[in-house]
Amino acid sequence: MALPLEFEKPLFELETKINELRTFSQEKGLDFSSEIATLEMKAEELRQKIYRDLTPWQQAQLARHPDRPNTVEYIRLMIQDFFELKGDRLYGDDPAILGGVGRFLGRPVTVIGHVKGKDTKENIYRNFGMPHPEGYRKALRLMRQAAKFNRPIFCFIDTPGAYCGIGAEERGQAEAIARNLFEMAGFPVPIISVIIGEGGSGGALALGVADRVMMMEHAVYSVASPESAASILFKDAGLAPTAAAAMGITAERLKELQLIDRIVPEPSGGAHRNPAGTAKELADAFAAELEQLLSLSKEELVQKRYEKYRNLGLHTIETAQEAF
Amino acid sequence: MKEMDGLWVKCKQCQQIFLVKELEKNLKVCRCGYHYRMTAQERIDSLIDEGTFIEWDKELVTKDPLRFPGYAQKIQKCQSDTSMAEAIVTGQGDIHGIPVAIGAMDSRFIMASMGAVVGEKIVRAAEKALEKGWPLILFSASGGARMQEGVLSLMQMARTSAALTRLSEAGLPFFSVLTDPTTGGVTASFAMLGDLIIAEPAALIGFTGPRVIEQTIRQKLPAGFQRSEFLQKHGMVDIIIERPKMKAQLATLLSLHMPMAGGVND
Repeated sequence: MALPLEFEKPLFELETKINELRTFSQEKGLDFSSEIATLEMKAEELRQKIYRDLTPWQQAQLARHPDRPNTVEYIRLMIQDFFELKGDRLYGDDPAILGGVGRFLGRPVTVIGHVKGKDTKENIYRNFGMPHPEGYRKALRLMRQAAKFNRPIFCFIDTPGAYCGIGAEERGQAEAIARNLFEMAGFPVPIISVIIGEGGSGGALALGVADRVMMMEHAVYSVASPESAASILFKDAGLAPTAAAAMGITAERLKELQLIDRIVPEPSGGAHRNPAGTAKELADAFAAELEQLLSLSKEELVQKRYEKYRNLGLHTIETAQEAF
Repeated sequence: MKEMDGLWVKCKQCQQIFLVKELEKNLKVCRCGYHYRMTAQERIDSLIDEGTFIEWDKELVTKDPLRFPGYAQKIQKCQSDTSMAEAIVTGQGDIHGIPVAIGAMDSRFIMASMGAVVGEKIVRAAEKALEKGWPLILFSASGGARMQEGVLSLMQMARTSAALTRLSEAGLPFFSVLTDPTTGGVTASFAMLGDLIIAEPAALIGFTGPRVIEQTIRQKLPAGFQRSEFLQKHGMVDIIIERPKMKAQLATLLSLHMPMAGGVND
Protein backbone atom coordinates (compact mmCIF):
# COMPACT_ATOMS: atom_id res chain seq x y z
CA MET A 1 0.00 0.00 0.00
CA ALA A 2 1.45 3.31 -1.05
CA LEU A 3 1.29 6.39 1.13
CA PRO A 4 -2.00 8.29 0.93
CA LEU A 5 -2.17 11.41 -1.21
CA GLU A 6 -2.42 14.67 0.72
CA PHE A 7 -6.18 15.07 0.18
CA GLU A 8 -6.81 11.43 1.14
CA LYS A 9 -5.18 11.75 4.57
CA PRO A 10 -8.31 12.42 6.67
CA LEU A 11 -9.94 9.36 5.11
CA PHE A 12 -6.89 7.17 5.71
CA GLU A 13 -6.69 8.27 9.33
CA LEU A 14 -10.32 7.34 9.84
CA GLU A 15 -9.87 3.99 8.08
CA THR A 16 -6.81 3.22 10.20
CA LYS A 17 -8.82 3.99 13.33
CA ILE A 18 -11.62 1.65 12.23
CA ASN A 19 -9.12 -1.14 11.60
CA GLU A 20 -7.47 -0.63 14.96
CA LEU A 21 -10.82 -0.74 16.71
CA ARG A 22 -11.76 -3.91 14.84
CA THR A 23 -8.49 -5.61 15.82
CA PHE A 24 -8.84 -4.45 19.40
CA SER A 25 -12.40 -5.74 19.65
CA GLN A 26 -11.36 -9.13 18.27
CA GLU A 27 -8.37 -9.44 20.58
CA LYS A 28 -10.28 -8.47 23.69
CA GLY A 29 -13.54 -10.14 22.73
CA LEU A 30 -15.42 -6.88 23.17
CA ASP A 31 -18.34 -5.78 21.01
CA PHE A 32 -17.73 -2.43 19.28
CA SER A 33 -19.88 -3.21 16.26
CA SER A 34 -22.19 -0.19 16.60
CA GLU A 35 -19.21 2.19 17.05
CA ILE A 36 -17.52 0.59 14.04
CA ALA A 37 -20.68 0.90 11.96
CA THR A 38 -20.99 4.60 12.81
CA LEU A 39 -17.35 5.22 11.92
CA GLU A 40 -17.73 3.29 8.69
CA MET A 41 -20.71 5.39 7.72
CA LYS A 42 -18.64 8.50 8.43
CA ALA A 43 -15.79 7.10 6.35
CA GLU A 44 -18.12 6.40 3.44
CA GLU A 45 -19.50 9.96 3.57
CA LEU A 46 -16.00 11.37 3.66
CA ARG A 47 -14.94 9.12 0.78
CA GLN A 48 -17.88 10.26 -1.36
CA LYS A 49 -17.14 13.90 -0.60
CA ILE A 50 -13.39 13.74 -1.23
CA TYR A 51 -13.61 11.90 -4.55
CA ARG A 52 -16.62 13.82 -5.85
CA ASP A 53 -15.01 17.24 -5.46
CA LEU A 54 -11.50 16.55 -6.72
CA THR A 55 -9.65 19.43 -8.33
CA PRO A 56 -8.00 18.68 -11.69
CA TRP A 57 -4.61 18.58 -9.96
CA GLN A 58 -5.90 16.09 -7.37
CA GLN A 59 -7.29 14.04 -10.26
CA ALA A 60 -3.84 14.05 -11.84
CA GLN A 61 -2.32 12.79 -8.59
CA LEU A 62 -4.95 10.08 -8.29
CA ALA A 63 -4.40 9.10 -11.94
CA ARG A 64 -0.72 8.53 -11.08
CA HIS A 65 -1.44 6.60 -7.90
CA PRO A 66 1.09 3.76 -7.69
CA ASP A 67 -1.56 1.30 -6.52
CA ARG A 68 -3.81 1.96 -9.53
CA PRO A 69 -4.32 -1.10 -11.71
CA ASN A 70 -1.93 -0.91 -14.66
CA THR A 71 -2.10 -2.47 -18.12
CA VAL A 72 -0.66 -5.76 -16.85
CA GLU A 73 -3.44 -6.09 -14.28
CA TYR A 74 -6.24 -5.16 -16.65
CA ILE A 75 -4.98 -7.75 -19.13
CA ARG A 76 -4.87 -10.36 -16.39
CA LEU A 77 -8.44 -9.46 -15.34
CA MET A 78 -9.99 -9.01 -18.79
CA ILE A 79 -8.13 -11.06 -21.38
CA GLN A 80 -7.88 -14.83 -21.62
CA ASP A 81 -5.08 -16.86 -23.29
CA PHE A 82 -2.85 -13.79 -23.36
CA PHE A 83 0.57 -14.11 -24.97
CA GLU A 84 2.97 -11.22 -24.79
CA LEU A 85 4.73 -10.60 -28.11
CA LYS A 86 7.99 -8.73 -27.96
CA GLY A 87 10.22 -6.56 -30.08
CA ASP A 88 9.98 -4.13 -32.97
CA ARG A 89 12.15 -6.26 -35.34
CA LEU A 90 14.26 -3.17 -35.94
CA TYR A 91 16.17 -2.39 -32.79
CA GLY A 92 14.87 -3.91 -29.58
CA ASP A 93 12.06 -4.53 -27.16
CA ASP A 94 10.74 -1.69 -25.04
CA PRO A 95 9.24 -2.76 -21.69
CA ALA A 96 7.45 0.62 -21.40
CA ILE A 97 4.93 -0.74 -23.91
CA LEU A 98 3.51 -4.21 -23.64
CA GLY A 99 1.63 -5.92 -26.42
CA GLY A 100 0.29 -9.26 -27.42
CA VAL A 101 -2.65 -11.41 -28.46
CA GLY A 102 -5.37 -12.91 -26.36
CA ARG A 103 -9.07 -13.51 -26.19
CA PHE A 104 -11.82 -11.13 -25.17
CA LEU A 105 -15.28 -12.73 -24.76
CA GLY A 106 -14.04 -15.57 -26.92
CA ARG A 107 -12.80 -13.33 -29.73
CA PRO A 108 -9.09 -13.00 -30.56
CA VAL A 109 -7.86 -9.44 -29.96
CA THR A 110 -4.59 -7.57 -30.08
CA VAL A 111 -3.87 -5.72 -26.84
CA ILE A 112 -1.26 -3.00 -26.46
CA GLY A 113 -0.59 -0.69 -23.55
CA HIS A 114 1.90 1.49 -21.77
CA VAL A 115 3.07 -0.03 -18.52
CA LYS A 116 4.10 1.90 -15.44
CA GLY A 117 5.84 -0.06 -12.71
CA LYS A 118 4.36 -0.75 -9.29
CA ASP A 119 7.59 -0.12 -7.42
CA THR A 120 10.94 1.53 -8.02
CA LYS A 121 12.59 -1.58 -9.41
CA GLU A 122 9.80 -2.26 -11.88
CA ASN A 123 9.56 1.42 -12.74
CA ILE A 124 13.21 1.47 -13.69
CA TYR A 125 12.66 -1.60 -15.87
CA ARG A 126 9.55 -0.03 -17.45
CA ASN A 127 11.18 3.41 -17.69
CA PHE A 128 8.19 4.81 -15.74
CA GLY A 129 5.96 4.03 -18.69
CA MET A 130 7.86 6.39 -21.00
CA PRO A 131 8.47 4.61 -24.30
CA HIS A 132 11.38 4.85 -26.68
CA PRO A 133 10.75 4.74 -30.45
CA GLU A 134 11.07 0.95 -30.43
CA GLY A 135 8.04 0.77 -28.13
CA TYR A 136 5.89 2.62 -30.64
CA ARG A 137 7.32 0.57 -33.50
CA LYS A 138 6.51 -2.65 -31.66
CA ALA A 139 2.98 -1.36 -31.16
CA LEU A 140 2.73 -0.58 -34.86
CA ARG A 141 4.02 -4.03 -35.80
CA LEU A 142 1.38 -5.65 -33.61
CA MET A 143 -1.37 -3.41 -35.00
CA ARG A 144 -0.39 -4.30 -38.56
CA GLN A 145 -0.68 -7.96 -37.55
CA ALA A 146 -4.08 -7.28 -36.05
CA ALA A 147 -5.19 -5.77 -39.36
CA LYS A 148 -3.78 -8.75 -41.26
CA PHE A 149 -5.56 -11.30 -39.08
CA ASN A 150 -8.69 -9.22 -38.69
CA ARG A 151 -8.47 -8.81 -34.93
CA PRO A 152 -9.83 -5.79 -33.04
CA ILE A 153 -7.19 -3.68 -31.31
CA PHE A 154 -7.47 -2.61 -27.65
CA CYS A 155 -5.07 0.05 -26.40
CA PHE A 156 -4.44 0.92 -22.76
CA ILE A 157 -2.94 4.37 -22.32
CA ASP A 158 -0.92 5.15 -19.21
CA THR A 159 2.16 7.29 -19.72
CA PRO A 160 3.61 10.61 -18.61
CA GLY A 161 4.76 10.96 -22.23
CA ALA A 162 7.31 9.62 -24.69
CA TYR A 163 10.81 9.45 -23.24
CA CYS A 164 13.06 12.37 -23.98
CA GLY A 165 16.70 11.47 -24.29
CA ILE A 166 19.55 11.35 -26.76
CA GLY A 167 18.89 7.80 -27.95
CA ALA A 168 15.17 8.42 -28.35
CA GLU A 169 15.86 11.44 -30.55
CA GLU A 170 18.56 9.63 -32.56
CA ARG A 171 16.23 6.76 -33.32
CA GLY A 172 13.39 9.06 -34.37
CA GLN A 173 10.94 9.42 -31.50
CA ALA A 174 8.89 11.93 -33.48
CA GLU A 175 8.80 9.75 -36.59
CA ALA A 176 7.75 6.71 -34.58
CA ILE A 177 4.81 8.55 -33.03
CA ALA A 178 3.81 10.18 -36.33
CA ARG A 179 3.87 6.84 -38.14
CA ASN A 180 1.47 5.34 -35.61
CA LEU A 181 -0.99 8.23 -36.01
CA PHE A 182 -0.78 7.90 -39.78
CA GLU A 183 -1.33 4.16 -39.91
CA MET A 184 -3.91 3.94 -37.14
CA ALA A 185 -6.12 6.21 -39.24
CA GLY A 186 -6.32 3.47 -41.86
CA PHE A 187 -6.45 0.04 -40.17
CA PRO A 188 -9.62 -1.79 -41.24
CA VAL A 189 -10.26 -3.31 -37.80
CA PRO A 190 -11.95 -1.76 -34.75
CA ILE A 191 -9.59 0.19 -32.50
CA ILE A 192 -10.70 1.05 -28.97
CA SER A 193 -8.44 2.99 -26.63
CA VAL A 194 -8.84 3.69 -22.95
CA ILE A 195 -6.83 6.07 -20.81
CA ILE A 196 -6.46 4.12 -17.57
CA GLY A 197 -4.22 6.52 -15.67
CA GLU A 198 -2.18 9.28 -17.17
CA GLY A 199 -2.43 10.15 -20.87
CA GLY A 200 0.48 12.49 -21.52
CA SER A 201 1.06 14.18 -24.83
CA GLY A 202 1.98 12.64 -28.18
CA GLY A 203 3.41 9.66 -26.36
CA ALA A 204 -0.14 8.80 -25.27
CA LEU A 205 -1.81 9.70 -28.56
CA ALA A 206 0.44 7.23 -30.39
CA LEU A 207 -1.85 4.52 -28.95
CA GLY A 208 -4.92 6.74 -29.01
CA VAL A 209 -6.14 7.21 -32.59
CA ALA A 210 -9.19 5.01 -32.25
CA ASP A 211 -12.81 4.50 -33.24
CA ARG A 212 -13.69 4.98 -29.59
CA VAL A 213 -11.64 6.76 -26.97
CA MET A 214 -12.66 6.03 -23.39
CA MET A 215 -11.35 7.38 -20.12
CA MET A 216 -11.48 5.89 -16.67
CA GLU A 217 -13.32 8.24 -14.34
CA HIS A 218 -10.15 9.33 -12.52
CA ALA A 219 -7.78 9.27 -15.48
CA VAL A 220 -6.35 12.45 -16.97
CA TYR A 221 -5.44 13.25 -20.56
CA SER A 222 -3.37 16.26 -21.51
CA VAL A 223 -1.29 17.83 -24.24
CA ALA A 224 1.61 18.05 -21.79
CA SER A 225 1.96 17.05 -18.16
CA PRO A 226 0.70 19.81 -15.84
CA GLU A 227 4.30 20.27 -14.65
CA SER A 228 5.75 20.80 -18.10
CA ALA A 229 2.81 22.93 -19.26
CA ALA A 230 3.38 25.13 -16.20
CA SER A 231 7.08 25.44 -16.94
CA ILE A 232 6.40 26.28 -20.60
CA LEU A 233 3.55 28.71 -19.99
CA PHE A 234 4.37 30.23 -16.62
CA LYS A 235 8.11 29.41 -16.42
CA ASP A 236 7.39 27.69 -13.10
CA ALA A 237 6.72 23.96 -12.75
CA GLY A 238 5.38 24.68 -9.26
CA LEU A 239 2.26 26.13 -10.88
CA ALA A 240 1.25 22.66 -12.11
CA PRO A 241 -2.11 22.82 -10.24
CA THR A 242 -2.96 26.05 -12.11
CA ALA A 243 -1.97 24.53 -15.44
CA ALA A 244 -3.96 21.36 -14.67
CA ALA A 245 -7.06 23.44 -14.05
CA ALA A 246 -6.60 25.62 -17.13
CA MET A 247 -5.91 22.82 -19.61
CA GLY A 248 -9.04 20.77 -19.02
CA ILE A 249 -7.53 17.36 -18.34
CA THR A 250 -10.26 15.42 -16.53
CA ALA A 251 -12.58 12.84 -18.08
CA GLU A 252 -15.62 14.94 -17.29
CA ARG A 253 -14.23 18.08 -18.92
CA LEU A 254 -12.97 16.24 -21.99
CA LYS A 255 -16.34 14.55 -22.47
CA GLU A 256 -17.98 17.99 -22.30
CA LEU A 257 -15.55 19.24 -24.96
CA GLN A 258 -16.51 16.20 -27.09
CA LEU A 259 -12.91 15.02 -27.24
CA ILE A 260 -13.56 11.60 -25.71
CA ASP A 261 -16.45 9.19 -26.22
CA ARG A 262 -17.09 7.48 -22.91
CA ILE A 263 -16.26 7.66 -19.21
CA VAL A 264 -15.84 4.35 -17.39
CA PRO A 265 -16.96 4.62 -13.74
CA GLU A 266 -14.58 3.75 -10.92
CA PRO A 267 -15.38 2.75 -7.36
CA SER A 268 -15.38 5.55 -4.82
CA GLY A 269 -11.76 6.21 -3.92
CA GLY A 270 -10.41 5.11 -7.28
CA ALA A 271 -9.80 1.96 -9.31
CA HIS A 272 -7.20 0.60 -6.87
CA ARG A 273 -9.89 0.24 -4.19
CA ASN A 274 -11.44 -2.53 -6.29
CA PRO A 275 -9.38 -3.60 -9.31
CA ALA A 276 -11.57 -6.59 -10.19
CA GLY A 277 -14.78 -4.55 -10.07
CA THR A 278 -13.18 -1.79 -12.12
CA ALA A 279 -11.95 -4.29 -14.69
CA LYS A 280 -15.49 -5.64 -14.96
CA GLU A 281 -16.83 -2.14 -15.68
CA LEU A 282 -14.10 -1.61 -18.25
CA ALA A 283 -14.75 -4.99 -19.89
CA ASP A 284 -18.44 -4.10 -20.18
CA ALA A 285 -17.52 -0.81 -21.85
CA PHE A 286 -15.19 -2.56 -24.30
CA ALA A 287 -17.87 -5.13 -25.06
CA ALA A 288 -20.53 -2.50 -25.74
CA GLU A 289 -18.31 -0.40 -28.01
CA LEU A 290 -16.92 -3.43 -29.79
CA GLU A 291 -20.37 -4.76 -30.57
CA GLN A 292 -21.28 -1.50 -32.31
CA LEU A 293 -18.04 -1.37 -34.27
CA LEU A 294 -18.27 -5.00 -35.40
CA SER A 295 -21.57 -4.25 -37.10
CA LEU A 296 -19.77 -1.96 -39.57
CA SER A 297 -18.08 -3.05 -42.78
CA LYS A 298 -14.35 -2.40 -43.06
CA GLU A 299 -14.96 0.52 -45.40
CA GLU A 300 -17.56 2.06 -43.09
CA LEU A 301 -15.26 1.61 -40.12
CA VAL A 302 -12.35 3.45 -41.73
CA GLN A 303 -14.67 6.10 -43.19
CA LYS A 304 -16.33 6.75 -39.82
CA ARG A 305 -12.98 6.93 -38.07
CA TYR A 306 -11.85 9.51 -40.60
CA GLU A 307 -15.03 11.53 -40.12
CA LYS A 308 -14.67 11.35 -36.36
CA TYR A 309 -11.25 12.98 -36.50
CA ARG A 310 -12.17 15.21 -39.44
CA ASN A 311 -14.97 16.80 -37.42
CA LEU A 312 -13.28 16.77 -34.02
CA GLY A 313 -13.20 20.21 -32.40
CA LEU A 314 -14.68 22.06 -35.38
CA HIS A 315 -17.02 23.76 -32.94
CA THR A 316 -14.01 25.56 -31.47
CA ILE A 317 -13.11 27.57 -34.59
CA GLU A 318 -14.87 30.22 -36.66
CA THR A 319 -14.36 32.64 -39.50
CA ALA A 320 -13.43 36.07 -38.19
CA GLN A 321 -15.45 39.08 -39.24
CA GLU A 322 -12.46 41.33 -39.61
CA ALA A 323 -10.12 40.97 -42.54
CA PHE A 324 -6.47 40.02 -42.16
CA MET B 1 13.38 39.64 -36.01
CA LYS B 2 15.31 41.96 -33.70
CA GLU B 3 18.65 41.61 -35.40
CA MET B 4 17.09 42.91 -38.58
CA ASP B 5 15.74 46.18 -37.22
CA GLY B 6 17.28 49.16 -38.91
CA LEU B 7 19.64 49.27 -41.84
CA TRP B 8 22.36 46.88 -40.74
CA VAL B 9 22.47 43.42 -39.28
CA LYS B 10 25.21 41.50 -37.52
CA CYS B 11 25.14 37.82 -38.44
CA LYS B 12 24.57 35.52 -35.49
CA GLN B 13 27.00 32.99 -36.87
CA CYS B 14 29.86 34.81 -38.58
CA GLN B 15 29.51 38.12 -36.70
CA GLN B 16 30.01 40.07 -39.94
CA ILE B 17 27.87 43.13 -40.53
CA PHE B 18 25.65 43.35 -43.60
CA LEU B 19 23.03 45.59 -45.10
CA VAL B 20 19.58 44.28 -44.26
CA LYS B 21 18.58 44.78 -47.91
CA GLU B 22 21.45 42.57 -49.05
CA LEU B 23 20.40 39.80 -46.67
CA GLU B 24 16.78 40.01 -47.77
CA LYS B 25 17.81 39.85 -51.41
CA ASN B 26 19.54 36.58 -50.62
CA LEU B 27 16.34 35.14 -49.04
CA LYS B 28 17.66 35.87 -45.54
CA VAL B 29 20.69 33.62 -45.94
CA CYS B 30 24.00 35.12 -44.82
CA ARG B 31 27.13 34.78 -46.97
CA CYS B 32 28.42 32.38 -44.31
CA GLY B 33 25.41 30.13 -44.96
CA TYR B 34 23.42 30.99 -41.85
CA HIS B 35 19.68 30.72 -42.57
CA TYR B 36 17.60 33.33 -40.77
CA ARG B 37 13.99 32.48 -40.02
CA MET B 38 11.46 33.55 -42.64
CA THR B 39 7.91 34.72 -42.24
CA ALA B 40 5.22 32.62 -43.90
CA GLN B 41 4.65 35.31 -46.52
CA GLU B 42 8.36 35.57 -47.33
CA ARG B 43 8.42 31.81 -47.71
CA ILE B 44 5.51 31.76 -50.12
CA ASP B 45 7.00 34.65 -52.11
CA SER B 46 10.31 32.82 -52.37
CA LEU B 47 8.72 29.72 -53.88
CA ILE B 48 5.52 30.47 -55.73
CA ASP B 49 5.48 31.92 -59.26
CA GLU B 50 4.50 35.57 -59.17
CA GLY B 51 0.79 36.21 -59.36
CA THR B 52 -0.28 32.57 -58.98
CA PHE B 53 -0.80 32.36 -55.21
CA ILE B 54 -4.35 32.15 -53.86
CA GLU B 55 -4.59 31.99 -50.09
CA TRP B 56 -7.12 29.70 -48.41
CA ASP B 57 -8.99 30.03 -45.10
CA LYS B 58 -7.27 33.27 -44.28
CA GLU B 59 -9.79 34.38 -41.65
CA LEU B 60 -10.07 31.19 -39.59
CA VAL B 61 -9.68 31.86 -35.85
CA THR B 62 -10.03 29.99 -32.57
CA LYS B 63 -12.96 30.52 -30.20
CA ASP B 64 -10.64 29.86 -27.24
CA PRO B 65 -12.73 26.91 -26.06
CA LEU B 66 -10.97 26.51 -22.71
CA ARG B 67 -11.09 30.25 -21.94
CA PHE B 68 -7.43 29.73 -21.19
CA PRO B 69 -6.02 32.58 -19.05
CA GLY B 70 -4.30 35.15 -21.26
CA TYR B 71 -4.80 33.23 -24.51
CA ALA B 72 -7.23 35.63 -26.20
CA GLN B 73 -4.90 38.57 -25.53
CA LYS B 74 -1.92 36.61 -26.81
CA ILE B 75 -3.75 35.79 -30.04
CA GLN B 76 -4.76 39.41 -30.47
CA LYS B 77 -1.24 40.65 -29.99
CA CYS B 78 0.11 38.15 -32.53
CA GLN B 79 -2.60 39.13 -34.97
CA SER B 80 -1.75 42.80 -34.73
CA ASP B 81 2.02 42.16 -34.84
CA THR B 82 1.87 39.87 -37.88
CA SER B 83 -1.35 40.85 -39.68
CA MET B 84 -2.11 37.13 -39.77
CA ALA B 85 -5.16 35.47 -38.20
CA GLU B 86 -3.16 32.36 -37.28
CA ALA B 87 0.24 30.70 -37.39
CA ILE B 88 0.09 29.17 -40.86
CA VAL B 89 -0.56 30.39 -44.40
CA THR B 90 -2.08 27.83 -46.78
CA GLY B 91 -3.08 28.13 -50.38
CA GLN B 92 -2.46 27.16 -53.95
CA GLY B 93 0.12 28.35 -56.42
CA ASP B 94 2.59 27.27 -59.07
CA ILE B 95 6.22 26.29 -58.63
CA HIS B 96 7.85 26.79 -62.04
CA GLY B 97 4.47 26.16 -63.57
CA ILE B 98 3.56 23.09 -61.48
CA PRO B 99 0.40 23.67 -59.42
CA VAL B 100 0.69 22.70 -55.74
CA ALA B 101 -1.14 23.00 -52.46
CA ILE B 102 1.25 24.66 -50.03
CA GLY B 103 1.45 25.70 -46.41
CA ALA B 104 4.06 27.68 -44.50
CA MET B 105 4.17 28.18 -40.74
CA ASP B 106 5.17 31.45 -39.15
CA SER B 107 7.13 31.17 -35.91
CA ARG B 108 6.30 34.76 -34.90
CA PHE B 109 2.78 33.59 -34.09
CA ILE B 110 2.95 31.87 -30.64
CA MET B 111 5.97 29.94 -31.92
CA ALA B 112 3.72 28.62 -34.72
CA SER B 113 2.24 26.18 -32.22
CA MET B 114 -0.52 23.96 -33.59
CA GLY B 115 -4.03 24.51 -32.29
CA ALA B 116 -7.34 23.72 -33.93
CA VAL B 117 -7.03 26.41 -36.61
CA VAL B 118 -3.54 25.41 -37.74
CA GLY B 119 -4.68 21.76 -37.76
CA GLU B 120 -7.84 22.56 -39.69
CA LYS B 121 -5.97 24.60 -42.30
CA ILE B 122 -3.57 21.71 -42.88
CA VAL B 123 -6.43 19.20 -43.09
CA ARG B 124 -8.24 21.41 -45.61
CA ALA B 125 -5.06 21.88 -47.64
CA ALA B 126 -4.59 18.09 -47.78
CA GLU B 127 -8.22 17.61 -48.79
CA LYS B 128 -7.94 20.29 -51.47
CA ALA B 129 -4.77 18.63 -52.81
CA LEU B 130 -6.67 15.34 -52.91
CA GLU B 131 -9.62 16.91 -54.69
CA LYS B 132 -7.44 18.62 -57.29
CA GLY B 133 -4.88 15.85 -57.63
CA TRP B 134 -2.08 18.23 -56.63
CA PRO B 135 1.05 17.55 -54.59
CA LEU B 136 1.11 18.99 -51.06
CA ILE B 137 4.12 20.83 -49.66
CA LEU B 138 4.25 21.95 -46.03
CA PHE B 139 7.01 24.11 -44.60
CA SER B 140 7.18 23.44 -40.86
CA ALA B 141 8.48 25.75 -38.17
CA SER B 142 6.85 25.15 -34.84
CA GLY B 143 7.29 24.75 -31.14
CA GLY B 144 4.72 21.94 -31.21
CA ALA B 145 1.20 21.60 -29.89
CA ARG B 146 -0.49 24.72 -28.50
CA MET B 147 -0.79 24.30 -24.73
CA GLN B 148 -3.60 26.85 -24.50
CA GLU B 149 -5.97 24.55 -26.39
CA GLY B 150 -5.25 21.47 -24.27
CA VAL B 151 -6.13 18.05 -25.68
CA LEU B 152 -7.77 19.75 -28.64
CA SER B 153 -4.30 20.73 -29.83
CA LEU B 154 -3.06 17.18 -29.28
CA MET B 155 -5.89 15.99 -31.52
CA GLN B 156 -4.53 18.09 -34.38
CA MET B 157 -1.66 15.61 -34.58
CA ALA B 158 -4.19 12.86 -35.25
CA ARG B 159 -6.28 14.98 -37.62
CA THR B 160 -3.41 16.14 -39.81
CA SER B 161 -1.94 12.64 -39.93
CA ALA B 162 -5.29 11.11 -40.90
CA ALA B 163 -5.68 13.62 -43.74
CA LEU B 164 -2.22 12.64 -45.00
CA THR B 165 -3.16 8.95 -44.84
CA ARG B 166 -5.89 9.71 -47.39
CA LEU B 167 -3.61 11.73 -49.61
CA SER B 168 -1.06 8.95 -49.53
CA GLU B 169 -3.62 6.27 -50.39
CA ALA B 170 -4.54 8.32 -53.45
CA GLY B 171 -0.91 8.19 -54.57
CA LEU B 172 -0.35 11.93 -54.30
CA PRO B 173 3.02 13.18 -53.11
CA PHE B 174 3.50 15.06 -49.85
CA PHE B 175 6.81 16.86 -49.34
CA SER B 176 7.58 17.94 -45.81
CA VAL B 177 10.18 20.69 -45.50
CA LEU B 178 11.57 21.21 -42.02
CA THR B 179 12.85 24.64 -41.12
CA ASP B 180 14.23 26.13 -37.93
CA PRO B 181 12.78 25.18 -35.46
CA THR B 182 10.50 22.15 -35.89
CA THR B 183 9.76 20.39 -32.60
CA GLY B 184 7.14 18.66 -30.47
CA GLY B 185 3.74 17.66 -31.77
CA VAL B 186 4.38 19.03 -35.24
CA THR B 187 7.49 16.90 -35.70
CA ALA B 188 5.61 13.96 -34.19
CA SER B 189 2.82 14.23 -36.76
CA PHE B 190 2.65 15.65 -40.29
CA ALA B 191 6.22 16.95 -40.46
CA MET B 192 7.70 13.43 -40.24
CA LEU B 193 5.20 11.91 -42.68
CA GLY B 194 6.50 13.27 -45.96
CA ASP B 195 7.13 10.99 -48.89
CA LEU B 196 10.18 13.19 -48.98
CA ILE B 197 11.52 14.83 -45.86
CA ILE B 198 13.60 17.84 -46.76
CA ALA B 199 15.35 20.20 -44.36
CA GLU B 200 17.03 23.56 -44.52
CA PRO B 201 20.64 23.49 -43.29
CA ALA B 202 21.26 23.57 -39.53
CA ALA B 203 17.56 23.74 -38.60
CA LEU B 204 16.68 22.57 -35.09
CA ILE B 205 14.47 19.48 -35.51
CA GLY B 206 13.38 17.19 -32.73
CA PHE B 207 10.64 15.79 -30.58
CA THR B 208 11.70 17.22 -27.23
CA GLY B 209 13.48 20.57 -27.23
CA PRO B 210 17.18 20.50 -26.25
CA ARG B 211 16.69 22.53 -23.06
CA VAL B 212 14.20 20.02 -21.68
CA ILE B 213 16.40 17.07 -22.63
CA GLU B 214 19.38 18.66 -20.89
CA GLN B 215 17.33 19.22 -17.76
CA THR B 216 16.01 15.66 -17.84
CA ILE B 217 19.22 13.75 -18.43
CA ARG B 218 21.51 16.31 -16.72
CA GLN B 219 24.07 16.05 -19.45
CA LYS B 220 25.42 18.49 -21.99
CA LEU B 221 24.16 17.62 -25.44
CA PRO B 222 26.70 16.88 -28.18
CA ALA B 223 27.45 19.65 -30.71
CA GLY B 224 25.08 19.59 -33.67
CA PHE B 225 22.51 17.49 -31.77
CA GLN B 226 19.03 17.77 -33.34
CA ARG B 227 20.26 19.80 -36.29
CA SER B 228 19.30 18.88 -39.87
CA GLU B 229 22.66 17.22 -40.55
CA PHE B 230 22.35 15.12 -37.37
CA LEU B 231 18.89 13.95 -38.39
CA GLN B 232 20.07 13.12 -41.87
CA LYS B 233 22.96 11.10 -40.45
CA HIS B 234 20.46 9.18 -38.30
CA GLY B 235 18.21 8.40 -41.23
CA MET B 236 15.37 10.85 -40.57
CA VAL B 237 15.87 13.35 -43.41
CA ASP B 238 16.21 12.66 -47.14
CA ILE B 239 17.73 15.85 -48.48
CA ILE B 240 19.13 19.06 -47.07
CA ILE B 241 18.54 21.95 -49.46
CA GLU B 242 19.91 25.47 -49.09
CA ARG B 243 17.23 28.10 -49.39
CA PRO B 244 18.48 29.79 -52.60
CA LYS B 245 18.19 26.39 -54.37
CA MET B 246 14.89 25.39 -52.78
CA LYS B 247 12.48 26.48 -55.50
CA ALA B 248 14.39 24.96 -58.42
CA GLN B 249 15.02 21.69 -56.61
CA LEU B 250 11.43 21.39 -55.44
CA ALA B 251 10.29 21.88 -59.03
CA THR B 252 12.58 19.07 -60.21
CA LEU B 253 11.50 16.79 -57.38
CA LEU B 254 7.85 17.54 -58.15
CA SER B 255 8.38 16.61 -61.79
CA LEU B 256 9.99 13.34 -60.68
CA HIS B 257 6.78 12.51 -58.80
CA MET B 258 4.37 13.13 -61.67
CA PRO B 259 2.63 10.11 -63.17
CA MET B 260 3.69 9.62 -66.78
CA ALA B 261 1.25 8.80 -69.55
CA GLY B 262 2.04 5.34 -70.83
CA GLY B 263 4.41 4.80 -67.90
CA VAL B 264 4.33 2.20 -65.14
CA ASN B 265 1.46 4.02 -63.51
CA ASP B 266 -0.96 3.45 -66.35
